[in-house]
Amino acid sequence: MATVADDHHDHHDHHPTGLIRWITTTNHKDIGTLYLLFSFAMFLVGGAMAMVIRAELFQPGLQIVDPHFFNQMTTVHALVMVFGAVMPGMVGFANWMIPIMIGAPDMALPRLNNWSFWILPFAATLLLSSFLTAGGGPAAGWTLYAPLTIQGGMGVDLTIFAVHMLGISSVLGAINVIVTIFNMRAPGMDFMKMPLFVWTWLITAFLLIAVMPVFAGAVTMLLTDRHFGTAFFNPAGGGDPVLFQHIFWFFGHPEVYIMILPAFGIISAIIPTFSRKPLFGYTSMVLAVAGIAFLSFIVWAHHMFTVGMPLIGEVYFMYATMLIAVPTGVKVFNWVATMWRGSLTFETPMLFAIGVVVLFTIGGLSGLMLGITPADFQYHDTYFVVAHFHYVLFSGSVMAMMGGVYYWLPKWTGHMYDEKLGKLHFWLTTIFFNITFFPQHFLGLAGMPRRIPDYALQFTEFNVISSLGAFGLGVSQLLMAYIVYKCVKGGEKATDEVWDNPEGLEWTLPSPAPYHTFETPPVIK
Amino acid sequence: MNRRLVLRLLALTVVMFGFGYALVPLYDTLCVAFGLNGKTRITDTQTAAADGVDEDRWITVQFTSHTATGLPWEFRPMMNSVRVHPGEVKDAVYFAKNNSSNPIFGRATYSVSPSIAAVHFNKTECFCFTNQLLEGHEAKEMPVRFVVGRDIPKDVKTITLSYSFFNAEQYLSEEDKNKLTASTKRNSAGEG
Repeated sequence: MATVADDHHDHHDHHPTGLIRWITTTNHKDIGTLYLLFSFAMFLVGGAMAMVIRAELFQPGLQIVDPHFFNQMTTVHALVMVFGAVMPGMVGFANWMIPIMIGAPDMALPRLNNWSFWILPFAATLLLSSFLTAGGGPAAGWTLYAPLTIQGGMGVDLTIFAVHMLGISSVLGAINVIVTIFNMRAPGMDFMKMPLFVWTWLITAFLLIAVMPVFAGAVTMLLTDRHFGTAFFNPAGGGDPVLFQHIFWFFGHPEVYIMILPAFGIISAIIPTFSRKPLFGYTSMVLAVAGIAFLSFIVWAHHMFTVGMPLIGEVYFMYATMLIAVPTGVKVFNWVATMWRGSLTFETPMLFAIGVVVLFTIGGLSGLMLGITPADFQYHDTYFVVAHFHYVLFSGSVMAMMGGVYYWLPKWTGHMYDEKLGKLHFWLTTIFFNITFFPQHFLGLAGMPRRIPDYALQFTEFNVISSLGAFGLGVSQLLMAYIVYKCVKGGEKATDEVWDNPEGLEWTLPSPAPYHTFETPPVIK
Repeated sequence: MNRRLVLRLLALTVVMFGFGYALVPLYDTLCVAFGLNGKTRITDTQTAAADGVDEDRWITVQFTSHTATGLPWEFRPMMNSVRVHPGEVKDAVYFAKNNSSNPIFGRATYSVSPSIAAVHFNKTECFCFTNQLLEGHEAKEMPVRFVVGRDIPKDVKTITLSYSFFNAEQYLSEEDKNKLTASTKRNSAGEG
């Protein structure tokens, strides 16, 4: 803040260039970019694994990979997407946008920020190198359920260490976000004036700090069970495998909100801009996010209705789960109310945002179906579950991030992206996504189990459709890489406001946003 | 200002890591208290049978068994089921035989279903309370003494008691093994 007086002092030219710049950078924009690039790379790696899965499931019988490798693919696909693509992607947005949105010059702990990022490539390498060990990568599903993970080979150990590192990175990132938001807001930027994206990330950061250590504890127990003679989960030594499920889902349920809440924040930024109206029900939006975060801690056992809980437990977890629909419903209605009688235009970010509202709601409704205990006994571990969580994760979190990239790309690069190609990317993604995952609802209802490389003949048609959709969905994402590359390289010059009178401090900055911003705190009215 | 907040958040991280571990005893306590996961009540015979026998009701208790991978034992109940009155002290016997030529330590876990019956199912004596040793090719009868509590809900007519035997070798220290070997030898000498 000492730079208030010497505003025009040029101290932004002294950073190193080339590779060293990226390794040593403590600039929130550089680190945000690194996170986003890493996220996209992991998205392609995890996507390639999904292609293997869908290729194997294209026909009944075993064709391409053996069942053990298939199990590794489903497991590592999920781990890479959750911990490599979605979570770092959201942290990338946080790094880029939070300081700008609250009028801060940078994140509060820039060196820690650098470290949080640079743990990630090593963690990912560790995870992926598990394929090279005897016995291959982890194959027990991303939930790493004991006792299967007590039995696996060295690949499981590498996965455990990778999870530790990813967890450390997330917690450090979360601490940075909280400290930044608490201490670095520009004068006048009250909590209830913060953009909703900042709010969602503040709450997400607390969720991360609350549950990532619990997950670290769970995998540490796995590790000591495997090598140091403890018996937390092995009944032979007096342990209980169901205990692992409880601990895992105590982490796992907040984890799914960690992935979706920042997406809600992105959507809440995009929809008002292209509706040319302020966000409807800002206060209720903040409260809804807080409510969802609170509820996430008390519903975990709905992931494990079939383990043999007493009736009272099943009933409690069922009703608590239903309760989540209330704050989530508040959010969906507020987005729709924001669009209501707005002066709508449908640029690429808005298309993605509307796509998220519609498709995420479908995923939410199938989630309600899964939350009904007696029905869940039929749906449990079927493709219905796979369809459900791809509707909330892909067409929720991932598509929101895509929308966010198109929305802020002109601010980041100073160029407009190719609107035609952007819209094409949206339509290809949405159409192929639905071709891939909608039939999986039917497969699940008819009883096709998940995580199995083969299936009964009556499931063939829907699997063929799903696989064809998946191949299209995979290829379509290369288009996004091209659009972003093209936009970085050049294109129509973006104005400072980029869009039609958007709200938010980021649009008061020049495009591209300079390397250092808000060294003088902005005046908040 | 930053430093204090960072330290607090780091402390929260450590607390939550500890909380993960605290879930382990918490889970065990809750399981026993509410009969979750088919955990039964463990008491002595006097307490369990103190209320007398309810001769108007019959409950069928079924027995099942399972041997985990890595334990070359034959293990089965000597009878498939038994009919008991609530409050009545009853014995059941399982048969176990080591099919390998090496001595092996095993450990049994149990579960009762329906789970609502678990808290009303009292075990007073069971081979599952301790680790068991079978010498090479040794066969043994393993007794269970139980009392179905008189407070068991009226709609429970059938209870299934299930045992799984696991190989416990890796979880026993040499000292534990020697102790167990000595006590097993003493018992069989006494019976002979």
